[in-house]
Amino acid sequence: MSNIPLIMFLVFIAITLGITYWASKRSAGSSAYFAASRQIKGWQNGIAVAGDYMSAASFLGIAGIIAFQGYDGFLFSVGWLVAYLTVLLVIAEPLRNAGKYTMADVLAYRLKPRPVRAMASLSTLTVSTFYMIAQMVGAGALVKLLLGGLVTYNKAVVGVGILMIVYVVFGGMLATTWVQIVKAILLMSGTFLLSILVMAHFHFSFSQFFGAISQVTYHDAKGAVVVKDFLQPGLRYKPPYGPLDLISLGLALIFGTAGLPHILVRFYTVPDAKTARHSVVWAMVLIGSFYIMTTFLGFGAATIVGPDFIKTHGGTNMSAPLLANALAGSIFFAFISAIAFATILAVVAGLTISATTSFSHDFWTNVIHNGVERKPGEEVTVARISAFVVGAVAITIAIVLGPTANVAFLVALAFAVAASANLPVIVLSIFWRRFNTVGAVSGLAVGLLASIGLILIGPSLMGIDPPTVTGAARHLIQAKPWFPLENPGILSIPLGFIGAIVGTLISHEPSSQDKFNELLVRSNTGLGAEKATAH
Amino acid sequence: MVNPANNLEVAQSKQYQASQSTWDKIAESKEFQDLMATKRTFIVPAFIFFVVYYFALPVLVGYAPQFMSIKIGYVNLAYLFALSQFFVAWLIAGLYVTAANNFDCLAKDILDKAEDAKGGK
Repeated sequence: MSNIPLIMFLVFIAITLGITYWASKRSAGSSAYFAASRQIKGWQNGIAVAGDYMSAASFLGIAGIIAFQGYDGFLFSVGWLVAYLTVLLVIAEPLRNAGKYTMADVLAYRLKPRPVRAMASLSTLTVSTFYMIAQMVGAGALVKLLLGGLVTYNKAVVGVGILMIVYVVFGGMLATTWVQIVKAILLMSGTFLLSILVMAHFHFSFSQFFGAISQVTYHDAKGAVVVKDFLQPGLRYKPPYGPLDLISLGLALIFGTAGLPHILVRFYTVPDAKTARHSVVWAMVLIGSFYIMTTFLGFGAATIVGPDFIKTHGGTNMSAPLLANALAGSIFFAFISAIAFATILAVVAGLTISATTSFSHDFWTNVIHNGVERKPGEEVTVARISAFVVGAVAITIAIVLGPTANVAFLVALAFAVAASANLPVIVLSIFWRRFNTVGAVSGLAVGLLASIGLILIGPSLMGIDPPTVTGAARHLIQAKPWFPLENPGILSIPLGFIGAIVGTLISHEPSSQDKFNELLVRSNTGLGAEKATAH
Repeated sequence: MVNPANNLEVAQSKQYQASQSTWDKIAESKEFQDLMATKRTFIVPAFIFFVVYYFALPVLVGYAPQFMSIKIGYVNLAYLFALSQFFVAWLIAGLYVTAANNFDCLAKDILDKAEDAKGGK
């Protein structure tokens, strides 16, 4: 493993910086900066949505989970695609029709803008920051591994952070979109090649492939040889609470995806609701094909490389790169590593722009300054400054946490908040005439607090470790978890809805009911929707 | 370079504005009621179907793992059912796009009428 990965990383960086330079000349004005002038085509946005969504957690994480826990890992893949039906059927078109840059635009239509936007912005920033920290910690550890020790963890984190700031500050949404597109195409081709190579290894015989999966051999923690059928359910989600956790995870995915701010902002980059719809379908084709191919990546790594080898050569996250190395040598390893790197960079850039859009548009312009830009371009300037701040904060936290920190729960937390806080209030504001400001604020607050609270007292942060586990890998609270599930969705989503409904029923706000018809007509017909602007 | 772009944007982001009575009138019109009914007829059953079909997977896998481990060909029922989720999701998406073309036609009539009323004032 020589310098080839580094060279491929540098090629990708050069391409994306070129895109950023090109986009920087086309990013003047709020609509251009935050929404790429709403001129992104349906298929382009579809690829970009797929790019935003298929994070390193999907590419490296899912391959690793399947390689170690077999079929149960594949269940993640299913949920990640099916979730897009909620986006398609319920959220994408009303959002595009009635909003401008953020999900809070839709809420602010009939509710009191300032409290609703403040709370929605807080929820958006929470989701984006948690998700970003998870990506950054993963990025640092991975880049270090992939480059074979050429850079330290801290340098890798700083490098990724600086690149994401550069994309967002100079290139805005247009650059972010094209970085996603390049990355998604790379990811799809790499995954496709890898899948073909896995099948070639088994002489294109499904009987041989699935035969090998039915008897994966490895050593368990005590050193005994184990032979397991990896297609058998139950390797990860074991009784008593496993099945419930699995359902809870499904709920968070199905209802959380449609509340992820960095996915929602993508629908403002297209000219109209019809294009938004087509972009979801494009995204579903790509995302579905990708997750079906995780069969080959994950089970391929389990059968061809084997859990024992992966464990001693970088751990679960290295499953896909190690599989590439085993099948086609170091150049292909470098290519797959570069794709993983591209994936991380593109996703953190997407998260940064959704966080900064919400801060500058929702919080700065609309909450602090009552919806008026004091001078032209102020919103964009504030967004650029906040991109620096968000980036710096993410870099600092990732360095403080260090490479061994357990951050997987942060992704679960991001989905839980999106499903429990964001989704209930978006849905109720579009569909329920009686819904009002108190309901929205209490729904967001309860959903946010319930998700965070239940994760804090759940098995991700509470647990009793043996003394052999040291440092950041230890559970934060050394006690038996009070809440048995890793995924709080099954409880926090109903709580979010209850918070929103109870808040609404105990208060009275005639103006929100009066304006319901306006939102209903706008969101369902596109009357008066934001138009595309010339560059 | 910066100023013209900003001016253009301000000029174009002037939204369709109307009084509340106009919105109420559109919302209560037969055309709009038709549009909503047509949408509901597709979206509600489609949503319920996919939620039930999807959650059948974790429920069956979690609570009936023995049943789901039944071998079918080279694979088992659990894998086939999981794989079928992808194709069912694509199928629902495809049906929705077809149905939504009809929503667009209905919505266009409402849009044209609203814009005409605006222009004729």
